[in-house]
Amino acid sequence: MFDTVWLLLLTPLGGSLIIGTLGHRLGRRGIALLACGVVGLAFTLAAVGTLELLKLAAEERSLESTLYSWIALGDFRVSASLLWDPLSSTMSLVVTGVGFLIHLYSVGYMAEDPGFRRYFAYLNLFIFSMLLLVLADNFLLLYVGWELVGLCSYLLIGFWYQRREAALAGMKAFVVNRIGDFGFALGVLTIFLTFGTLRYAEVFAAAPQLLAMGSATATAIALLLFVGAIGKSAQLPLYVWLPDAMEGPTPVSALIHAATMVTAGVYLVARTHVLFELAPLAAATVALIGVLTALYAASIATVQDDIKRVLAYSTISQLGYMFLAMGIGAYAAGLFHLVTHAFFKALMFLGVGSVMHALANELNIQRMGGLARRLPITSLTFAAGWLSIAGLPPFSGFFSKDEILAAAFSSGHMLLWAMGMATAALTAFYMSRHFFLVFLARPRTSRDARRVEHAHESPALMTGPLIALAVLATLGGWLGSSLESYLEPVFEVAERTSSITLTSGPSELALITWPLAAAVAGIGLAWLAYLRGAIDPVRWARRLGPIYGLLKNKYYVDELYDALLVRPVVGLAELLAGVLDQGIIDGAVNGIGLVLQLGGAALRQVQSGYVRLYAFTFFLGVVGILVYLIVR
Amino acid sequence: MLELVIFWITALIGLGSALGVIFARNTVHSALFLVLHLLAQAALYVLLEAHFIAAVQVVVYAGAIMVLFLFVIMMLSLERGEAAGDRVPGQRVWAFGLGLTFLTLLGFSLAQAPIRGQGEGLTPERIVALGGNTEALGRLLFTQYLFAFEVVSVLLLVAMVGAVVLAKRRL
Amino acid sequence: MVPTGSYLLLSAAFFTIGLLGVLVRRNAIVIFMSIEIMLNAANLAFIALSHQLGSLRGQVFVFFVLAVAAAEVAVGLAIMVAIFRQRGSVDVDEIHLLKG
Repeated sequence: MFDTVWLLLLTPLGGSLIIGTLGHRLGRRGIALLACGVVGLAFTLAAVGTLELLKLAAEERSLESTLYSWIALGDFRVSASLLWDPLSSTMSLVVTGVGFLIHLYSVGYMAEDPGFRRYFAYLNLFIFSMLLLVLADNFLLLYVGWELVGLCSYLLIGFWYQRREAALAGMKAFVVNRIGDFGFALGVLTIFLTFGTLRYAEVFAAAPQLLAMGSATATAIALLLFVGAIGKSAQLPLYVWLPDAMEGPTPVSALIHAATMVTAGVYLVARTHVLFELAPLAAATVALIGVLTALYAASIATVQDDIKRVLAYSTISQLGYMFLAMGIGAYAAGLFHLVTHAFFKALMFLGVGSVMHALANELNIQRMGGLARRLPITSLTFAAGWLSIAGLPPFSGFFSKDEILAAAFSSGHMLLWAMGMATAALTAFYMSRHFFLVFLARPRTSRDARRVEHAHESPALMTGPLIALAVLATLGGWLGSSLESYLEPVFEVAERTSSITLTSGPSELALITWPLAAAVAGIGLAWLAYLRGAIDPVRWARRLGPIYGLLKNKYYVDELYDALLVRPVVGLAELLAGVLDQGIIDGAVNGIGLVLQLGGAALRQVQSGYVRLYAFTFFLGVVGILVYLIVR
Repeated sequence: MLELVIFWITALIGLGSALGVIFARNTVHSALFLVLHLLAQAALYVLLEAHFIAAVQVVVYAGAIMVLFLFVIMMLSLERGEAAGDRVPGQRVWAFGLGLTFLTLLGFSLAQAPIRGQGEGLTPERIVALGGNTEALGRLLFTQYLFAFEVVSVLLLVAMVGAVVLAKRRL
Repeated sequence: MVPTGSYLLLSAAFFTIGLLGVLVRRNAIVIFMSIEIMLNAANLAFIALSHQLGSLRGQVFVFFVLAVAAAEVAVGLAIMVAIFRQRGSVDVDEIHLLKG
């Protein structure tokens, strides 16, 4: 099996190529079968590989498979080789498993779309890119996968490129990601300059000797890699692309912008945890940015009315949790949250897709309500996601979030813990608001009520994946301990914090009580405001005017970036385009063209078409040659 | 002496008829002048002991080919001369000037270049020794130049097919 | 006894006249005939030199030139017929565009 890890890559790539080139011959049915089939096959392969890995002793669970020597330039050697260890197998399972369900769902969701073939070609390409990213065993191959997922994200956000907003959102995502990628590329280069190699195993083995604890180089490398992670995983201050990415098809939001691609940054930090361990400052930065992002995005999400954007901000917020875990060294807990988040966030996005399907693409939650009656499966499954992210037991989100908060507590950083707790309360509040307004509350106007009456449940192809994901989101929490022991060999170096240290703090029960209390408080507040009607949200919004305005406008960050960065750059570009490009370069090109045109016009006189004139010219040449021969 | 007289007479006829070809207004006259020119050439060939070629010249050129010319002229009614007005002004003057220059240059180079051989390499005696003009020519054609001879036959076939393809309205 | 130089000069004169015909005349048939004059001028030079050098090879070449001229006339006249059908004229100045 381990020698056939490459098959895992080949299946989605092959699917993408076949659909991209020959798709028009296959018909919609064929495309759907092929696209889902290859991802399903990849999932099977990943599952088989994981089982094989489990048969080995814990220390041996790291296998490499070299495909071919990619670059060999003097001492610089990069081979296209893959790493199969608990971390990459976990990521592969999530990517292919959630990816498979979303592929199935997409068949129903995109059934009427004219870009059906293009959509599945991109989607399979994305699965391939993501697998390449997680399976790479060196930084260069990782970078290739990293850029490829960025490309797929761009293609899929701008999938409906006829719509101006979608095209602009795609560009925004691409440009913002480039900023992060630039830092990431610099980090990779610094690694090469420092270690002379790009292979994980060699870098991590040499790191403790070559880099002193907390040295400037270690910090620089870790921070540069983290800049890449910030861009891809939408953390402060590069998160701005993710809310706009909701312009893409909803299953894409579920797959790429919630469940898989955005976790690439988390994966990167987990993979290079050895380096972060050597740079406490960088690790602290990761934790701080993570928790700040979590709180910040959660606060924005409380007042948003766009059904998808609430989820987008919630994704940013949850990713912040994962980075918090990474920063304080609770890697396994962070990855656990990654997995559960993939389940419940994909579930909720698909649920939203089902709602949009039923309501003719309505996005404003203020204009919905009472959908629970009309969409029973969607609302039940969505409820599983809601309770999971809000953090109620026994749903999966409770366990993973609790792990992270407990780790934060035991790490001794009370501020991080407190902010995490506040985020938990906010999360419970805004997700409950979301759920209540969409599914339970009475429609606000009679027109909305009429529309809701006409809503009907989505086809089985779409509800099937919802049910599967709901089961995973509900039961995923019980995977926790086994997942963590499975991942343990990867993180064995990291023993800064572990669950054992919990005994030194307050009892475990108390640690569980606090997040639970926060969740219940958030849900209760939302219940009072949006279902019970005891608190009038509109009045409170007016009373908290400035704060409400700030949140509603997302802290004016988009406007700030626009004024500080976008406008100057666009101005400079326009200047260059006008003066340099149109004036000088185009001038030179047009000048050459003009000269040739005039020369051609002059020479054309000779090409009169009169054969006699040609013969005369010919004869003139003969005489010339004769003269030359005689004179010579 | 007689030979010289004949040469001059045929040379003058040849020159005159050649000029007639290019200056005659009526195309049929041009063709007839060409026949005369070709016959004068044949006479010159005889003077140069090339009897077989002279005969072929008369039969093939002055006979067959010229019939073809006349046939086309008659069929397309091309007897009348050219319309007035020249689209390439000055061509006539320039052409004559250049032609004169060309002729002068050729004459000059002929006068300068020594001609090898003894002036009378192919005497009647020598031809008899070779077994007669036609036999000697035939021997060369069918031995040394056999391949070229066969290729020419293919060329003629191709030309024939080409002519049919081009001239026929519908195939 | 006529010197070979005279023949060659005569050949040059014939050739020049043929050339002038090509340059001056506009009727394609006459131009064609002028080309025949040029071919024959070359033949005369061949035969004269064959006589001068005492070799029959020159005559063999003339033989081939005759054959090629026959082929050329056949194809050339066929082309002329085709052009005449197309345009109703064989004036070469009328035929100054490549499109039919």
